Amino acid sequence: MYDVLIIGAGVTGCAAARELSKYQLSVCVLEKESDVCEGTSKANSAIVHAGFDAVTGSLKAKLNVRGNQMIPELSKLLDFDFAMNGALVLCFDKEQLPQLEELKQRGIDNGVKGLEIVSGDKAREMEPELSDEVAYALYAPTSGIVCPFEMTLAFAENAYANGAEFRLSEKVISIEKTPEGTFGVKTDKGLIETKVVINAAGVYADKIHGMVSERPMTITPRRGEYLLMDREVGGKVSHTVFQLPTRMGKGILVTPTVHGNLLVGPTADNIEDKEDTSTTRKGLEEVRAKGALSVKDLPFNKVITSFSGLRAVGDTHDFIIEETEVPGFIDAVGIESPGLTSAPAIAEYLRDIVGTILPLEPKENFISERRGVVRFSRLSPEEQNELIRREPAYGSIVCRCETVTEGEILDSIDRPLGATTLDGVKRRTRAGMGRCQAGFCSPRTMALIAEKLGIGIGEVRKNGCYENGKGGEGDA
Amino acid sequence: MREFDLVIVGGGPAGMAAAIAAREKGLENVVIFERDHSLGGILNQCIHNGFGLHTFKEELTGPEYAYRYAVKVDELGIPYETGTMVLDINDKREVTIISPGRGVETVKAGAVVLAMGCRERPRGALNIPGFRPKGVYTAGTAQKLVNIEGVVPGRSVVILGSGDIGLIMARRMTLEGAKVKAVVELMPYSSGLKRNIVQCLEDYDIPLMLSHTVVDIRGKDKLEGVYVAAVDSKNVPIEGTEEYFECDTLLLSCGLLPENELSRSCGVVIDPRTGGAVVNESLETSIEGVFACGNVLHVHDLVDFVSEESARAGAAAADFVKNGRRTGGEQIKLIPGNGVRYTVPGTVDVTNVEQEVHIRFRVTGVFRNSSIVMTCGGSEVFRRRSRILVPSEMQDVVIKKEKLEGLSGEMTVEIRGE
Repeated sequence: MYDVLIIGAGVTGCAAARELSKYQLSVCVLEKESDVCEGTSKANSAIVHAGFDAVTGSLKAKLNVRGNQMIPELSKLLDFDFAMNGALVLCFDKEQLPQLEELKQRGIDNGVKGLEIVSGDKAREMEPELSDEVAYALYAPTSGIVCPFEMTLAFAENAYANGAEFRLSEKVISIEKTPEGTFGVKTDKGLIETKVVINAAGVYADKIHGMVSERPMTITPRRGEYLLMDREVGGKVSHTVFQLPTRMGKGILVTPTVHGNLLVGPTADNIEDKEDTSTTRKGLEEVRAKGALSVKDLPFNKVITSFSGLRAVGDTHDFIIEETEVPGFIDAVGIESPGLTSAPAIAEYLRDIVGTILPLEPKENFISERRGVVRFSRLSPEEQNELIRREPAYGSIVCRCETVTEGEILDSIDRPLGATTLDGVKRRTRAGMGRCQAGFCSPRTMALIAEKLGIGIGEVRKNGCYENGKGGEGDA
Repeated sequence: MREFDLVIVGGGPAGMAAAIAAREKGLENVVIFERDHSLGGILNQCIHNGFGLHTFKEELTGPEYAYRYAVKVDELGIPYETGTMVLDINDKREVTIISPGRGVETVKAGAVVLAMGCRERPRGALNIPGFRPKGVYTAGTAQKLVNIEGVVPGRSVVILGSGDIGLIMARRMTLEGAKVKAVVELMPYSSGLKRNIVQCLEDYDIPLMLSHTVVDIRGKDKLEGVYVAAVDSKNVPIEGTEEYFECDTLLLSCGLLPENELSRSCGVVIDPRTGGAVVNESLETSIEGVFACGNVLHVHDLVDFVSEESARAGAAAADFVKNGRRTGGEQIKLIPGNGVRYTVPGTVDVTNVEQEVHIRFRVTGVFRNSSIVMTCGGSEVFRRRSRILVPSEMQDVVIKKEKLEGLSGEMTVEIRGE
């Protein structure tokens, strides 16, 4: 019997697991995919939003601003990439200035620091490649960029180090409330008993909710398509460049990533299929057309990949984080943007809800730090040589584009909650994320995974679950 | 710090030929750094035949061709370090390398020959919409899986792009028992060699769909199929022409890109048309003492031409080390004119030409019954008639030194219809 079962190992679920692992609770995270960070958390704009967008007083506003304040410190403690690069929200017409003023006021009301409206010329001084059409911009110095994979992995690995269990490649089939007031969660692999359930199932949160609660809820997948460009042109902008938001979201942004690429997107299209992460010709054309409004001469010939992600859009335009009418069943749903930014704050909020149900006794031996896979290319030559002396696999480069060594790939597979797929290795090490998009390194990476998992090279998956149960063994 | 007269980056056909030529010119202190565990480069996975017709007057497989050069490297006692990747080259010709055995080390080079080869254009650069499942590979990655790792990536295959590796892999996958349903080419002509179209597609009844492209990729985890559509004269897909091909493998053979990250890091000027360095008649880049040859300079269609070119680069690098730079001659600047996409070299200093200079280029489209014409200062320097000129075949024009003596300024290379 677990104290808390979290359904979904996205950033919300993993952050919640880490927060709850600070207390004397048995916590388990259940995930239908073979890895953490396989849904919405892996395909988004990777922005740590300042917090001026959300309606003042909403949960989104409160948790966004709190999350924004927490992430810089967490990035150091948990070793994930973060940079506070600042953002500019552009308007192209003097008539839009009141909207920009409104955004600024909302930001101030939400508690965002340092907001300032600047002229088009001043904005171009800050960001020389901005379009000549920019009339005014809202400058938000506390906006940042983060690696969403590393952040999610960091929460998960740290939770794991503190005793949280992870049951991967395991899918919920039904949930029963027992006469004793606990829950019996039936999965494709067995029955799990728990006192509390946290529903952090992303685009599937309505399905999980519907297994327990009578109250109607729908989660609409809102697809966003992106183009990612080569590091060669990553310096095109240094700030995150937004356009004035619309009802459907924050519009097409142009931003550097923490790894030095240039990211343009997303579109916003409500779709029906919760698995449809395909890109479309129309969507990618829209990204190109709208991105070009903000920044001059975007180098679309330097695109190295395109992708799409699904935002989990709820009915209320706000996050829904509450204990439902069924005692012990907690929803953390509708976590659309700014969900990534808010994740650590959502985790605290969930902890407080759990605290009304179960006693929260802090652990004395909580491990607050976590170290990720070493980034060989960032070390000094002396450090690199020291590492190679200890482990010669660090002297062998597998991914040429991103200078990723065999040592890093082996670590990404061997470490707790390690990678079992090509995409898993990629998210942990960046092998295959560069301009050749795994053309050179994938056969070697596949061979390393195959050897570690004891399977044939041809069986190595790009993503998804192994039928024979390989991978997903994350029990403490 | 270890010092070498000549550091050669890459032990594929280009690097080996350059090393051999430099040694034959009497340069002793030469080293090859190769990132793989053996010499040979991409030839090691090219187990089909057709290599060496020019060089050895016989048909060899890729590994056989590489082996002949590797034997020569051994016979001449040229040192090479495998498992060694060059991480950085600076403008002082200091070369930083990494290997499991020696760690990270910086060595000094009297001259450098860049021979890193090229890589394939990945899916992202092609902007094909759809899912990103398992089963989408570049043709070369699939070739490595089949020929080196012994894994056939799938049973039913569509190939996008008719580059030579794609054509070779159409045959290879067929021989491994897979069904190759179509080779789809955006352009109205193939970018592969005619002999490969005949031997790899026509002999196996594999359809080549010209002026078509893949417009959608289906299957979330594993590839399920692709939609192929016809394109108009501007290469835009024509709505309503989509055809679905069920397949578990999509191979991409949509062009090769010279791998010039290192060249850029040391400040070598890159020609955007070739993706390779701008070089002079000695195949020397914009950085003194840094030479480039083979597919890192411009993508070749035959390894024989790579070897020949690289031998010239190796000899020129040896000459640079022994005699220093010779300057002062009249510069001729080569200008790609009508129908010519680029030229290698970009400039010629006649004083540095021993007997002749090779001018290599590709045409921009298919030209029938046309002539290659080079003119300088109003006078014709060269003319050669061809029944057909196609972009897939690199042109090689050899001009004797005496033809160039006294010339200066711009020399235009163009295609003229008859």
